[in-house]
Amino acid sequence: MINFIFKAIWRDKNRSLLPIMVITIGVFLTIALSGYMRGVMGDMIDQTARFNTGHVKVMTKAYAKDKDQIPNDLAILGSDELTQSLEKQYPDYQWVERIRFGGLVDAPDAQGESKGQGASYGMAFEIFDKSSGEVERMNIPSAIVTGRVPQKAKEALIGDAFAKKLKLKIGDIITYMGTTMNGSMTFENFTISGTVRFGVEAMDNGAVIIDISDARRMLDMTDAAGEILGFSKDGVYFDDKAEKTETSFNAKYTNSKDEFAPVMYRLKDGSDMGAYLDYVDSFASMFVIIFVIIMSVVLWNTGLIAGLRRYQEFGIRLALGESKGHIYRTLMAEAMLVGIIGSVIGSALGISLVLFLQVHGINIGNLISGGTMMMPSVLRAKFTPDLLYIGFIPGLAAMVIGNMLSGIAIYKRETATLFKELEV
Amino acid sequence: MKKYILLLLILPALLFAESKYPDAKTIIQKVDANMTSKTQIVKSSMVIHNRRNVRTVTSISYTEGSHKSFSEYLSPEMEKGTKMLKLDDRLWIYSPSTDRTIQLSGHMLKQSVMGSDLSYEDMMEDRKLIDLYDAKITGDDTLGGRKTWIMELNAKVSDVSYEKRKMWIDVERLIPLKEELYAKSGQLLKKTIMSDVAKFGGRWYPKKINYKDMLKDGEGTDFIISDIKFDADIPDYIFSKASLKK
Repeated sequence: MINFIFKAIWRDKNRSLLPIMVITIGVFLTIALSGYMRGVMGDMIDQTARFNTGHVKVMTKAYAKDKDQIPNDLAILGSDELTQSLEKQYPDYQWVERIRFGGLVDAPDAQGESKGQGASYGMAFEIFDKSSGEVERMNIPSAIVTGRVPQKAKEALIGDAFAKKLKLKIGDIITYMGTTMNGSMTFENFTISGTVRFGVEAMDNGAVIIDISDARRMLDMTDAAGEILGFSKDGVYFDDKAEKTETSFNAKYTNSKDEFAPVMYRLKDGSDMGAYLDYVDSFASMFVIIFVIIMSVVLWNTGLIAGLRRYQEFGIRLALGESKGHIYRTLMAEAMLVGIIGSVIGSALGISLVLFLQVHGINIGNLISGGTMMMPSVLRAKFTPDLLYIGFIPGLAAMVIGNMLSGIAIYKRETATLFKELEV
Repeated sequence: MKKYILLLLILPALLFAESKYPDAKTIIQKVDANMTSKTQIVKSSMVIHNRRNVRTVTSISYTEGSHKSFSEYLSPEMEKGTKMLKLDDRLWIYSPSTDRTIQLSGHMLKQSVMGSDLSYEDMMEDRKLIDLYDAKITGDDTLGGRKTWIMELNAKVSDVSYEKRKMWIDVERLIPLKEELYAKSGQLLKKTIMSDVAKFGGRWYPKKINYKDMLKDGEGTDFIISDIKFDADIPDYIFSKASLKK
């Protein structure tokens, strides 16, 4: 039977070509756009997690309230003990302490006078302790333009644009001027060990990356940290898991009126990423629903046209004694076969493009130069197993639904008027 | 005709209201005369009330007119030896730990000094009020048992840190007892309260000034003068960059 239907649609191209093309295009677009959006959003979320939010992040309540101002005077005290406690309670996460800091970076000339200065975007994390994995997590090796990662105290990586502007080279000294945790003025000289470029103007102009031990000494933050970030050891952010961790941790401090009590935020609610995550979650299903509706209408219309074209054929088949139900079922079988063919071709094309963009990506470096948003300069698609069916099933469903609607007309034919209709 | 009669009745009242307060310009000149001098040497403590702790920073400052100022921080250990030099609108800071002299400019001048409620701009501003603001007396009040005039000052030059000031001037001693500092937008930025007024030579001067940055939490910063000398001789080398590294 399948062989018979296959031959029928193969030999009668009018019956199959247009629906197959429509389904192929629809399935292709669904898969390609879903894979691309997931890739781009996933990269942005991943980059935000690595640089800023972690999968979960612990701060003091007061710090969290004004976190955009980097209020290190409100940082976590006794951070080492808290980190150890987190490691014990939530062993699924790797916990790392970080300090962010603002201030001024001044570059001296040969006479020690300022030859240039700029606002600093300081980041301090475990650079010397390789087991923390922070250097790789922050993507430092690939961000380094010249030089190397700091290897000893008082060495720093600085923004490449800042270094170029002031004609600074490896081994030159820069002076950081800022405020300690206690509000005192602090100055520290650093030797430039390398320059970095992240593709974000604020960072490329003012990044100062140092080991957390240097920041602690410089900012008077012994056993203190601005933030403790938790990264799921499997490397993937699962909102349900993060929410459980967040709820469990915060439950211990719910009744605490201490403004310096720790509070945990998961990636989704501790940053602007929540909306993005929701968008990623809903995007695929939203697109599929729209696709099914539009394709169904188009294929319904195609089916109606085909029904008109095959009006005589159905009449003759009814006149020969074939039941209406049988004709309807063969029509559905034809639709399924056409749907499968279109969906397979569309899926194959869509997945091929996703895999291509996953490897090569689209470079938007020139478009975002000057931007202050932390986002990757190469946008890549991402292949996930659900792309195998996310277009296939709706493609098939749209074809079948479209034909089911148009095929109803068969039941409206009256055998008594067939000869008149067929003009026999 | 009725209008003219009404005007004649109101006019004396208006004239009387105008004469209720003295000339604002004269008052401001007298306030300037009390608060500024040819030179000043001030030993002071800055008590900074942070959200977690209270810190006291002591310093000695030398000022000549409104253009030259030199400060050396004496304690605590972290700040000891840090020096600041202001010449006109330029400010240099010397840090003994790095042996570097850094010039501050632009938005950095709006930053807090040592975590206090004072900005570098606040510390640099020594010009006379009469040169910067148009003044008018808008009312009177009693503060801490002392009668004051409420004076409103609006900037007449563009390079001022605060577009508008509201001052409560002690009627007898002619010094401000309270001040509110506003941005161009009308937002209240800082409040200062002067107290412990004492006589130094022939002038009254507040020994304690509480600065409150209204955009920050906390109790503000107390600036307490332990010793002040007016019109003392200050050697010229003090106001040179070389003195920063001495």
